[in-house]
Amino acid sequence: MMSEKNLDLRYFTGFLPLTLLCLFLLYAPLIVVMVYSFNDSNSITRWDTVSLRWYYDVFYGLEAPKFKAAAINSISIAIMAATSATIIATLAATAMLRAGRFKGKSFSFALINLPLMVPEIVTAVATLIFFSAIGFTTGYLTILIAHIVFCIPFAYLPIAARMEGIEGVYEQVAQDLYATRLQAFRLILMPLMAPGILSGFLLAFIISLDDFIITNFVKGAGIETLPTAIFGAVKQGIKPNIMAISTLLLVVSVGFVALSYFVGQMGEKANPTTKPKGD
Amino acid sequence: MAASPQQNSRAMNNNYDGFGVPLILPSWIIIGFFLVVPVAMMLMYSFLTKEFRGGVIWEFSLAAYDQFFFDRGLFGDSPPVIEWTYISIFWRSIWQAGVATFFCLLIGFPTAWFIATRTGRNSTIWLFLITIPYWVNLLIRTISMKFLIRDNGPLNEFLISFGVISEPFHIINTNLAVQLGLFYSYLPFMVLPIYAAVERYNFALSEAAADLYASRTVTLTKVILPAVKPGIVAGCILVFVPSLGAFLAPDLLGGAKNFMIGSLIEEQFKGNAGNWPFGAAASMILLSLVLIVLTLYARHQARGQR
Amino acid sequence: MSRDNNIAVDIQNVTKMYGDVTALKGVSLDIRDNEFFTLLGPSGCGKTTLLRVIAGFEEISNGAIILYGQNIANLMPNERPVNTVFQQYALFPHMNVTENVMFGLLRLGQDRANAKTRVGEVLELVQLSDFADRMPSQLSGGQQQRVALARALAPSPKVLLLDEPLSALDLKLRQAVRLELQQIQNQTGITFIFVTHDQEEALTMSDRIAVIESGQVQQVGSAREIYEAPKNKFVADFIGKTNLLDVSVTDLARGKGSCILPGGVQITCPAAEGAHAGSGHLSVRPERITITALGKGLVQGTVARHIYLGTDLHVEVNLVEGGHVTVRMQNSTQIQIPKVGQLVCLDFEPNFARLLVD
Ligand SMILES: Nc1ncnc2c1ncn2[C@@H]1O[C@H](COP(=O)(O)OP(=O)(O)OP(=O)(O)O)[C@@H](O)[C@H]1O
Ligand SMILES: [Mg+2]
Repeated sequence: MMSEKNLDLRYFTGFLPLTLLCLFLLYAPLIVVMVYSFNDSNSITRWDTVSLRWYYDVFYGLEAPKFKAAAINSISIAIMAATSATIIATLAATAMLRAGRFKGKSFSFALINLPLMVPEIVTAVATLIFFSAIGFTTGYLTILIAHIVFCIPFAYLPIAARMEGIEGVYEQVAQDLYATRLQAFRLILMPLMAPGILSGFLLAFIISLDDFIITNFVKGAGIETLPTAIFGAVKQGIKPNIMAISTLLLVVSVGFVALSYFVGQMGEKANPTTKPKGD
Repeated sequence: MAASPQQNSRAMNNNYDGFGVPLILPSWIIIGFFLVVPVAMMLMYSFLTKEFRGGVIWEFSLAAYDQFFFDRGLFGDSPPVIEWTYISIFWRSIWQAGVATFFCLLIGFPTAWFIATRTGRNSTIWLFLITIPYWVNLLIRTISMKFLIRDNGPLNEFLISFGVISEPFHIINTNLAVQLGLFYSYLPFMVLPIYAAVERYNFALSEAAADLYASRTVTLTKVILPAVKPGIVAGCILVFVPSLGAFLAPDLLGGAKNFMIGSLIEEQFKGNAGNWPFGAAASMILLSLVLIVLTLYARHQARGQR
Repeated sequence: MSRDNNIAVDIQNVTKMYGDVTALKGVSLDIRDNEFFTLLGPSGCGKTTLLRVIAGFEEISNGAIILYGQNIANLMPNERPVNTVFQQYALFPHMNVTENVMFGLLRLGQDRANAKTRVGEVLELVQLSDFADRMPSQLSGGQQQRVALARALAPSPKVLLLDEPLSALDLKLRQAVRLELQQIQNQTGITFIFVTHDQEEALTMSDRIAVIESGQVQQVGSAREIYEAPKNKFVADFIGKTNLLDVSVTDLARGKGSCILPGGVQITCPAAEGAHAGSGHLSVRPERITITALGKGLVQGTVARHIYLGTDLHVEVNLVEGGHVTVRMQNSTQIQIPKVGQLVCLDFEPNFARLLVD
């Protein structure tokens, strides 16, 4: 029991420990894997000494070519899917937020968010059926197309949020100063949008890099991305090299998120589009 | 100047008035062609006849749904009785997702509350800490969990070495492991919307309640919870819906006995069963469940707005 | 139709609807070349809408806008030789001062070297030469306002539109910038259309003022005309303070009218167009009324209270026949101030009063 009463109405006994528990639960498994990835032992159970042996194994070991090919697929698909999704999402955000009314606007909003609402496994099944029905050979291209679809809403969110924060008046000033609408878009809206577009791209990139279920369904035989390759390997049991790869991937993901976050913050500082206090 | 009054404004945010359709068209095409059409096709496939090595024969059939709901005996000629195998898999999925959602709420609400009541920079840092794990590959997080809770994994070793238990605590391949995996996968989804709701909560309400002699507990249940309910509901949806169709957690942590919908569907396309119409039918049933939940949610939202 | 050469903007019967809301109702205005023209009216009366219609940001539902003989109603904003200083300034946040000011020049196809020279000139004009490399976020409100002005002036528009450009500045700065604006207008010879809801601003700066109410032009004229000879009750009331006495008008002839004041005294005074016999309003400015000894004035009342205003003093008088009148007196020791409750007579020169229509 507390001897002194806490008068802050925001304070509830036990919420801090629960928060710490929450953080512990979220981080403990990841940290354990990171630690064990530096284990020198052949067995994942026994702790030997600290070494980079399994990292060396990831890059030069027996399975290195397989993981390397998978990594190249993953990254190239993520770059292309994120780029396409970002372009599509930017145009869509312009339509939704800058083009007034048009036919099918409310329907468009639902459509853009549809990939978020349909369970992943259902999307996976539907896409597999679709490609097989039209006789489209599964492989690299099918993965890419599927990734573009589910990356669109993730790219859309930060882009639309940013665009909503930019007042229309800047583009009107530009037009008043003899810019065509296309010039207003290119010279004013796009530079102001840059942080939003970049975070949209990074978000889509990570989402693509992370995807397992949909990729696993549509990839077909003979092609792997990093998650499907890791999953395949784990089916035979967790080996130390998996923990090294996982740690690497984890660092890359977190690095990208941090980057996306700081880009957003910098954008906020460099382009304050806040209204001056008017009447 | 014969424009009708409705469409003649190049007003504040309508700088590209008239270009709406061409700008939105790429998303219509991509999502329409590669998601809406496939889902429609999946619906169609669920009414076709199965081919044994995967794929379908183009012949109308209700066999997939029949197999899902009814048992007609080994040779298909007994009078139909309800087939519980698949219904119970669905029921188990709903139960598992529900339990995971409950525990997410139990831990997520205090966490969200705590973060939202920090001031300025502190709040951002806490929030950042909570969101980081979400960005780590779900597969890797699930593998990490599997690694941690194995019979001879670090968790058991730790507990044994400190004398808490003498025999390894068997979690892996149980319902509990799946619940833990789902909880772990989607916990940040619970925290974020509640955080947003608490952030918007006007603490003058708490003060008013306290002023009117409400205790902390009464304030929490009678004033705060109703006010942040939209955030709680959103968080529950965001955890429950993906948990329902989850594949990785049940597959990697649950083992063969703790099948959920995701694994059932996967097996029809990837495994040996290879029954595409049945997989399509199961997917349709899952999709319908999710749409029902989302519709109820939308209704609830609409009612809240009024 | 041959048009007057010195008309800059001829707004003919412009109507603007937002859905069901009529923001402008058949507005017609002639704005002369090289004029400082002000749109004045209460909030929501349609001033901004009219400016946006001229700039091209709103399509009009009906009417025509003639700019130096050319109908521009169907042109896009970038095709109109008109520039705007927006109320929020809206400096491009990702460009420095020079780039902001240069923007319009480059769009017009000027090469960078020439544009740079022009930017230098304009920045000199607004006294910001030392700030050419600053970003907008590094400028004070007043400086931002002047950059916005420079940016709109740089392409030498035929008409410059200013939407309450001073409203975000504090009082001192606002008074300084007023003078500057007038000087710049004189130097450049550009027609200014200036929007404000601050009547003092309008009266001190403008060549002519259009008073607008609910999307309609109530009166156009010089500051003196609209102050001394308001056309109707709204203008008289909105511009400055006035007293409106209920009178009965007996007869009208050639801009003059006879009326009977409360209390029965009959006077003859100027009448606004459209005034008619019957009951009407007589507008008398507070500073035109003097307090006199009993029996020597036109109306009678008791002093209700004093309102102290520093240099001035307002004395409110309740008329014997009902209604009340405010009298403005100079706050000096030489003048005797009637006490509250005292019965007084009020006097004014009938020529400075005015019969109005509603
Ligand atoms: N985009 C719009 N849609 C609907 N109604 C509008 C729109 N813009 C303005 N209005 C309406 O038109 C009328 C005139 O608005 P306007 O902005 O021109 O007023 P204003 O005279 O500039 O007022 P203020 O002095 O407050 O700036 C108002 O009643 C306003 O509500
Ligand atoms: Mg305005």
